[in-house]
Amino acid sequence: MIRRVKILDSERCTGCQLCMLACTRREGKASLEGSRIRVRSVGGMERGLTVIVCRACQDPSCMYVCPVDALEKRERGGVVFHKERCIGCGKCAEACPLSAIEMDEEEAKPLICLYCGYCKNYCPYGVLELEKT
Amino acid sequence: MDSYLKRVLIINLTNHSYQIEERQNYFKEYIGGVGAGIKLLREFLDPNVDPYHPDNVIVFSIGALTGKFPMVSKVVSLFKSPHNGLLGESHAGGRSAIAMWQAGYGSIVIKGASQIPIYVTINGNQVRFKEARALWDIADTETVGRILRERDGISGLRTIMRIGRGGERLISYANVTTETYRHFGRLGLGAVFGSKKLKGLIISGKRSISIENRKEYQHLYDEIFELCTSSPVKKYHELGTSENILPLNALHALPTRNFKETSFENAESLSGENLAMNYLGRRIACSHCPVGCIHLAILREKYPDDPYFYKTTLVSYDYEPIYSLGSVLGIKSVEDFLKLMITVEKVGIDAITAGVVLAWVTEAYAEGLIGENETGGLSPCFGDTETYLQMIDRMMEPSNEFYRLMGKGVEALAGRYGGKDFALSYFGNELSGYHTGPGSHLTHITGARHSHLDSAGYSIDQKIYKDGKYPGPKEMAQKLFEEEAIRQVLTSLVICLFARNVYVPERIGRCLRLFGWDFNEAQIFELGRKILFEKNQLKREMGFDMENFNLPKRAVETPSPLGSIDESYIRETVKHFKTFLFNPFSSQ
Repeated sequence: MIRRVKILDSERCTGCQLCMLACTRREGKASLEGSRIRVRSVGGMERGLTVIVCRACQDPSCMYVCPVDALEKRERGGVVFHKERCIGCGKCAEACPLSAIEMDEEEAKPLICLYCGYCKNYCPYGVLELEKT
Repeated sequence: MDSYLKRVLIINLTNHSYQIEERQNYFKEYIGGVGAGIKLLREFLDPNVDPYHPDNVIVFSIGALTGKFPMVSKVVSLFKSPHNGLLGESHAGGRSAIAMWQAGYGSIVIKGASQIPIYVTINGNQVRFKEARALWDIADTETVGRILRERDGISGLRTIMRIGRGGERLISYANVTTETYRHFGRLGLGAVFGSKKLKGLIISGKRSISIENRKEYQHLYDEIFELCTSSPVKKYHELGTSENILPLNALHALPTRNFKETSFENAESLSGENLAMNYLGRRIACSHCPVGCIHLAILREKYPDDPYFYKTTLVSYDYEPIYSLGSVLGIKSVEDFLKLMITVEKVGIDAITAGVVLAWVTEAYAEGLIGENETGGLSPCFGDTETYLQMIDRMMEPSNEFYRLMGKGVEALAGRYGGKDFALSYFGNELSGYHTGPGSHLTHITGARHSHLDSAGYSIDQKIYKDGKYPGPKEMAQKLFEEEAIRQVLTSLVICLFARNVYVPERIGRCLRLFGWDFNEAQIFELGRKILFEKNQLKREMGFDMENFNLPKRAVETPSPLGSIDESYIRETVKHFKTFLFNPFSSQ
């Protein structure tokens, strides 16, 4: 079972964003918008890249601030998102110290990692690894 | 069909206004990119306009497959070139293609000229014209990029195109730089930006499309992803294009010291292998490209006033600049090559042309065609990096006619001082680094951009070495024509040419059909010929006649691996090429 997508070495990241495109493609979209994993430069390409994805915390900050219990603790770490309960307040996104949660602007719902590991299949350079239990 | 693609953003810099229009057919029938761009130039550009006049028009276009498949990662720009007065066409990657696609435009047309320096931000439907007087004259394009990045404040994906001092000073081969390491290079888009007082262009947006046929799409996507990440495409990741230095040197096809020689004693040191092992600091990629061919070298330069502190700079390198700022100038060390590279990047000028210009200057000085009066006391000689660095600096603040002409290329210099025999350019565009045989020179003559990328004659030459079969002029012309025609399809889509063997017509057809375009293989070939024909018509109206080329004596005299270039063979082949171009459907 996949526990989480681990950033093994962001120094090897080329910034191609194929992981991001994989995440949205899994949902039937073509775009960088709506991805649950994000790659961005650290102040320009010359300074390198950073990859941000949910680290499946054992004690997730996001869960505590949700006023409607839309984020339920996941056994292997991280949270399970109950979209139907979510009111789109964005508190989870604010609370995550890693900024691993972004809001989907169209739907006004948080983009919570599904821990499916699909993104990893499209990383050609070993930046991502699946941590399993 | 992708519903946003037909949208064309038309920006008028004269009155800082914009409008959004639709051109369905340019994207349905011409599939975008070069195809759509030519149609838009037809609409908006007077072919006889002075390239620096406000009426010159810049078109940026993406294509039918942008955002959908790997390595469909480029934007094409079209304009009237200030470098050779003909059609300017230049492609770049970085984040530009996806940013334009997510902003919701198939093309962006820029016309007019601003009274004061500005930069323009496009965020979806919002277009803003922003004050840039304080950004004019900043020494380094990287600094400009950083300022725009911080000031613009928009989160998410964006492209930040900007010019350096080269563009501001109307160096006719100035670049537009995007994402620090990618360029709209060669034919002077940067100077057109400069003439319009357009310092930068930032594009972002958040749109996406829903995939209808998910299973089939996924299947085709995986097929392409697999091909892009396996041999032979992956070689562009490992050593990158600089892997060609040693093989071309061994073949005696690496132009050295202004094409006087074809092998270089320092090739080992400037090789892709040495750069990778001892200087490679990072590899980066354009958006949606699993290859990641952009190689960044680290240069550490010691501060003179501190025994233990070094300035560390990352700079990109490729085969072409290693030739133009390396072998063709007789540069001895990697450090010297990187210093030159950093300097041309800072000021934002084309690395190939800058090197070929310096090589001509070096030889003209040795021949006595120019002297210290012209150079202002400098004595350029091959391998003298410090002098070359000073000359690039002086070009930015030209104190005399000579330095002004350096900013216009070798034809302008040779026109004034003589030395045409060793001025290496065709139709005003300086030669790239392949003295492989007649094919390479023919590509530069016949190709619409007069660039090695138009029809890759260097690879036809290399095939001749292997097969031992020398094609006659007509066969050679046909090979070049077919290759250039099919590349019109690739550059309309706008696919990176490194993926040309992945995106074969049959596969392109499948990709297009999945998104509502109905093209079979034969129609794809036909489209390529049609676009090439239309491009040529436009160039003719700009005064272009292919047979009117000048073959520099140096190119003929310095033996290639296929022997000396036979001028009559070249002339005959060009004649045949012209016939194909004018009757694009007769060769089928």
